[in-house]
Amino acid sequence: MRVLVMMSGGVDSSVAAAMLRDAGHEVVGVTLKLWGGASDSGCCSISDVDDARRVADRLGLDHHTFNFSDEFTRHVVGPYVDAHATGQTPNPCIECNRHLKFSAVLDRARRLGFDAVATGHHARVVTTPDGRRRVARGADGAKDQSYVLHMLDQDQLARTLLPIGELSKDEVRARAADLDLRTADKPDSQDVCFITKDRGRGAFLRDRIPLTPARVEDRDGRPLATVTAVELVTHGQRRGLGLPGGTEPRYVVDIDRDAGVVTVGSADDLLVDEQDVTSVTWSDPSVADHLDGRGVEVAVQTSAHGRPAPARLRHLDPGGDGAIVGGPGPVAELRVRWQEPHRRIAPGQSIVFYDGDTVLGGGIARRSAAGV
Amino acid sequence: MAETYLDHAATTPMRPAALEAQMAVLRDEFGNPSGAHAAARRARRLVDDARDVVAAAVGAEPDEIVFTSGGTEADNLAVAGADSDAHAAVESARTVLASAVEHPAVLEPVQALDGELLPVDRHGAIELDALADRLARAADGTARGVRLVSIMAANNENGTLNDLASVAAVIAEAGERAGGGAVPLLHTDAVAAASWIDMPDMLRAADLITVSGHKVGGPKGVGALVVRRGTRVRPMLLGGGQERERRAGTPDVAGIVGFATALSEAVATRRVTVARAETLRGRLIEGLDAVDGLEILSAADPTRRTAGTVHLGIRGVDREALVFLLDRAGIAVSWGSSCASGASEPSHVLAAAGVDRELAAGALRISLGWCSTGGDVDHLLSVLPEAVVELRAGG
Repeated sequence: MRVLVMMSGGVDSSVAAAMLRDAGHEVVGVTLKLWGGASDSGCCSISDVDDARRVADRLGLDHHTFNFSDEFTRHVVGPYVDAHATGQTPNPCIECNRHLKFSAVLDRARRLGFDAVATGHHARVVTTPDGRRRVARGADGAKDQSYVLHMLDQDQLARTLLPIGELSKDEVRARAADLDLRTADKPDSQDVCFITKDRGRGAFLRDRIPLTPARVEDRDGRPLATVTAVELVTHGQRRGLGLPGGTEPRYVVDIDRDAGVVTVGSADDLLVDEQDVTSVTWSDPSVADHLDGRGVEVAVQTSAHGRPAPARLRHLDPGGDGAIVGGPGPVAELRVRWQEPHRRIAPGQSIVFYDGDTVLGGGIARRSAAGV
Repeated sequence: MAETYLDHAATTPMRPAALEAQMAVLRDEFGNPSGAHAAARRARRLVDDARDVVAAAVGAEPDEIVFTSGGTEADNLAVAGADSDAHAAVESARTVLASAVEHPAVLEPVQALDGELLPVDRHGAIELDALADRLARAADGTARGVRLVSIMAANNENGTLNDLASVAAVIAEAGERAGGGAVPLLHTDAVAAASWIDMPDMLRAADLITVSGHKVGGPKGVGALVVRRGTRVRPMLLGGGQERERRAGTPDVAGIVGFATALSEAVATRRVTVARAETLRGRLIEGLDAVDGLEILSAADPTRRTAGTVHLGIRGVDREALVFLLDRAGIAVSWGSSCASGASEPSHVLAAAGVDRELAAGALRISLGWCSTGGDVDHLLSVLPEAVVELRAGG
């Protein structure tokens, strides 16, 4: 196959390229220029492009760079900023996968005659007994990145290769060392590629949106403190709220940006029985068809490396009173009913539904209609 | 009559492998590395591979190599433009220090910035106590803060080596006693040292290093500045952002390949070259022993000076006349410092080292290189003593 490997300059995509080459595919490497501003690492900085190019040279592969910075600004950075302005906690890496890597880049790859794209994500593409493709967890549980790939549909999965999902991280580094790749010992990039360590998220947002103060109140409406930037507050946050110490720890349980109020409560107050999810996507439409009155029982993961918790999924009644509604068809909104009380998820964060190790689909946490 | 060339410190013939490599690029790979097509990619790969080679030779990472038009540009870039990431906010208030015997490519930019010179010992090596004192005065506020100290690895006139590890220790200790605040960067001009020392070992402590192509058997017009991670340089040349925004301009791909090839060969053959130079040097010095009023000015200790350079002074002899006579005999030597007209100038190195004026007026630099032979030394020994006698007799 002709495969376009997205090479970030990291060890994972380096080994992915090598594995595809060794499997006999016709491999071309590409590094994406996504962000033109300051960047510590990850997909964007000059040194990462150099690393990717030199790895490609070492492997005997052609290497190109594609500039998708306009799309990146439009689909990732812009929404990231907007989400913060409305009190949400977005996950830009997921939007990058959704709109860039497995959309814009995949489209270009097709037009250029490639049969598939590949990345160094720690995940696998598997096929179910009835011939559907699914994203599945990578072999190394600690590094599994299936969460950030939950949006991929059948068309995308048919044209996506994830070679390193069968390997542990140690095995990946060992292979890179065997190939004498310069990236064998390169540390994984941890942070969002357009936020730099020295300035951080606060400075980035401050340059783009007005940051507004808010009152910090308890659940009875008693004012406790103020924060200067409600846009930087996250659900579940404990520190940095200006709360006096020496009392029981309190956590953000709700953020109402319009009202200028951050509500804090106890650890128990953070726990809920249900979580609303919007913008739901499924790996294939048949999954949604199985949603019926009983609700589908799944394992639900709410952060990149968090442990999934059992829950049932139900359609969200358009009437909004939470009544159980059944019926097949694509679902844009649904409600997660946790088996055990579970932490609230910050609006904007992704929620992913698993059947064992395979991804069924996922969506984005919505602020609970019921309020606090 | 075949020429006897003993001025390798000024420049040295291109190593055949370097010349071949450079010619091949000139002939076959004319691409500009900035481009998406195959010709550009091939040219880019040549530069990338050369960068890896130069990095390994000096003991640095590829992304720490900035290719330049030579040692002079690299020195200027370091002195005028270097700051550590921590320095940026306070940079303009601080000054630069350099040893008094640096090459003009360091001295001139230092002086243009109103920097200060540090004293040296009788061989031209930096006085560590003087450096320590000056940094202490910066720390207690009785003198300007210092952002950069430039101390050459080897002197181009007399071959004297500086102990950069000790220099770095003095700088670090001064920084500790000053208690926070950025520690001065250490730049070293390693142009004269490159062929002769174990660079990864001896230059380990330097934040910035200058190397030059034509001194190691590569082409003229190419060099590099090593800029260690955590150190930045403000570019002098702005334009297409090459060299990671540190030095704009379409790279001299062929020259860079020639440079890397030469440097690689120089490093690979260094021990043999040094051993041969020590032998030839010994023979030369022994042969000159009989010359009245001739003093060897280079350090005797082989750990204090490079093997190739023999610096000497001859009392009561006009060195310009001596060089003229040697040239007429087909022997090329130097006095180690010239002005733009080509005439000799009093050496700032010898002045700073406190060499007496009569000796300095008769100072000569004889320098061996990678291709020097016993025949070169013999030829010199057959001519120089007589020339000295002749010049003295002439009055």
